[in-house]
Amino acid sequence: MKRKLRPTTRKSFVTYAIVTAAFIFVEILVSSGSASNMFKGLLVPFCVYSIAAVSLNLTVGILGELSLGQAGFMCIGAYSSAIFSCAVKDTITSPWVRFPIAMLLGGLVAAVFGILIGIPVLRLRGDYLAIVTLAFGEIIKNVLAALFIGSDSKGLHFSLTSQGDLGLEPDGKMIINGALGISGTPKDSTFEIGFVVLMLTLIVLYNFINSRTGRAVMSIRDNRIAAESIGLNITKYKLITFGLTAFLGGVAGSLFSHNLAVLQASKFDYNLSILILVFVVLGGIGSIRGSVIAAVVLTYLPEVLRSINNYRMLIYSIVLIVMMIFTSNATIRGFFAANLAKLKGIVSKDKTAVKEGN
Amino acid sequence: MGFLDNLINGISLGSIYAVIALGYTLVYGIAKMLNFAHGDVIMVGGYVIFTLMTSLHMNPYLSVIAAMIACTILGITIEKVAYKPLRQATSLSVLITAIGVSYFLQNMALLIFGEKPVTFTSVISLPKITLFDGQIVIKSETTAAIVASVIIVVGLSLFVNKTKSGRAMLAVSEDKDAAQLMGVNVNRTISLTFAIGSGLAAVAGALLCSTYPVLSNTTGAMPGIKAFVAAVFGGIGSIPGAMIGGLLIGVIEILGRAYISPQLADAIVFAVLIIVLMVKPTGILGKKVSEKV
Repeated sequence: MKRKLRPTTRKSFVTYAIVTAAFIFVEILVSSGSASNMFKGLLVPFCVYSIAAVSLNLTVGILGELSLGQAGFMCIGAYSSAIFSCAVKDTITSPWVRFPIAMLLGGLVAAVFGILIGIPVLRLRGDYLAIVTLAFGEIIKNVLAALFIGSDSKGLHFSLTSQGDLGLEPDGKMIINGALGISGTPKDSTFEIGFVVLMLTLIVLYNFINSRTGRAVMSIRDNRIAAESIGLNITKYKLITFGLTAFLGGVAGSLFSHNLAVLQASKFDYNLSILILVFVVLGGIGSIRGSVIAAVVLTYLPEVLRSINNYRMLIYSIVLIVMMIFTSNATIRGFFAANLAKLKGIVSKDKTAVKEGN
Repeated sequence: MGFLDNLINGISLGSIYAVIALGYTLVYGIAKMLNFAHGDVIMVGGYVIFTLMTSLHMNPYLSVIAAMIACTILGITIEKVAYKPLRQATSLSVLITAIGVSYFLQNMALLIFGEKPVTFTSVISLPKITLFDGQIVIKSETTAAIVASVIIVVGLSLFVNKTKSGRAMLAVSEDKDAAQLMGVNVNRTISLTFAIGSGLAAVAGALLCSTYPVLSNTTGAMPGIKAFVAAVFGGIGSIPGAMIGGLLIGVIEILGRAYISPQLADAIVFAVLIIVLMVKPTGILGKKVSEKV
């Protein structure tokens, strides 16, 4: 007897298949030498933005809360993993050991911050939550941009003002140089690792969403008061979701930082958070597959449109507005739905006519 | 720079934030939406004034008035084109649309005026005020910012509480459907709110660019966000709250920059917002709204 797959399982398998197929396709392109340098440079960012977008989709689509702080978590992940890699560069030489630990560490530090931030913040809702998460992201960015860390024989030195304030010994080395950031992070990120991490992320997310916890989270999204009245611990589920979002954001950040020669906190401003939110929204809120596709397409498009550089962001913004109006306005949606139904009606009538004719 | 100088600079910046925050607070109170593009309307106002003053050699005060008219029209257009179709949509869709509008304005300005920031000539030509034999000098921009913000707050309070349109705004902010049943034209009231908010943004643009005379296509973004912080700080929907919030945020930012760390000033402002929201989620002068099941 053939066992039928559950619809949710089938959905996740289709996504895995699409991502794997895309990966194989790209690998063939690269090995046959037909991929341009620009395209090769985008491969790791594809993975980074996809992971960041699907993990944000967990908070926005599954939990139903708006977060504009994803860049902050990516920043924490990027910095903590880069510091780790820089510190152990000489002791652990194999990137196969070093990089997974660095990513895990980046994710965990981000998750710790996510939960610490989540405890007070998740009491707020809607636009307030959006502005507070944005504020947190900016605080993280500003503090890390002002942070100086150096190491010498006496151990680590911290300062929030300047390099000279550290009082390093002459042979000491700088780890974080304020706004100049971290340089000398080993370039451990590759497209292959990015693909593996993306697949792991997708597996974790699909299983989370279809688990008991995931269903509880969705019930909170749909009706918080009803969910509370049947005894669900709202804070707990919100924190789990927010923590997981932060963890995966941190992993995405680690992947990002190990792809850059110089890591600067100023890259992680609120525009990055907004960009990732746009991936989530245009890919379809709550749709994991949509987030991945949107992240890849919207990372690739601006690079292809370099020739009309000045207009690309303008077009982008117009697309954003038009998309939102078309998907959220009841009248326009009704109009399309009615016409679609009519079209379908004609098609099915034709089919029946054909059948009757036979 | 003594403490008093810093305090005066803080009040000056705070007055500008207050004028911007008023626009946010009005729109949020009435249309219940976070108008992310408000900061960029400030930038548009700045560019209108700059263009009129440099290429047409117009009188500074006249160009401010022209910028107010231009921004009012812009505000109404944005509302009609982008926000009105989304009256019934979720707050997330509206926020994304507002972000889209913000990107649109920034990139439009980038196309027209280029990437290079321009130097803005102050529109204010009042004499400086010197106190205590020159120990404290108050720049004319500071005086103008403080006077303008006080006039606007008083005028707006009178308008909202005494006139028919203003009371319609209060009614819509309280309950949109009930207001409609009472014969208030909700759509027109929301348009009026956007018109006032955007007109104020032009004034804020003039004050901001006169005090900090660099104008680029992202000039309005950060002050816009900080002014929203100020509006939330003071209690969103409250006119005096926006004034208090704006002043406090301005003073905290300048004092933080002077005494703690120049790089951390923004972080301090945002940290204050978070602490305020933890302690009193409705802000200093905000009303407590109980939740219905």
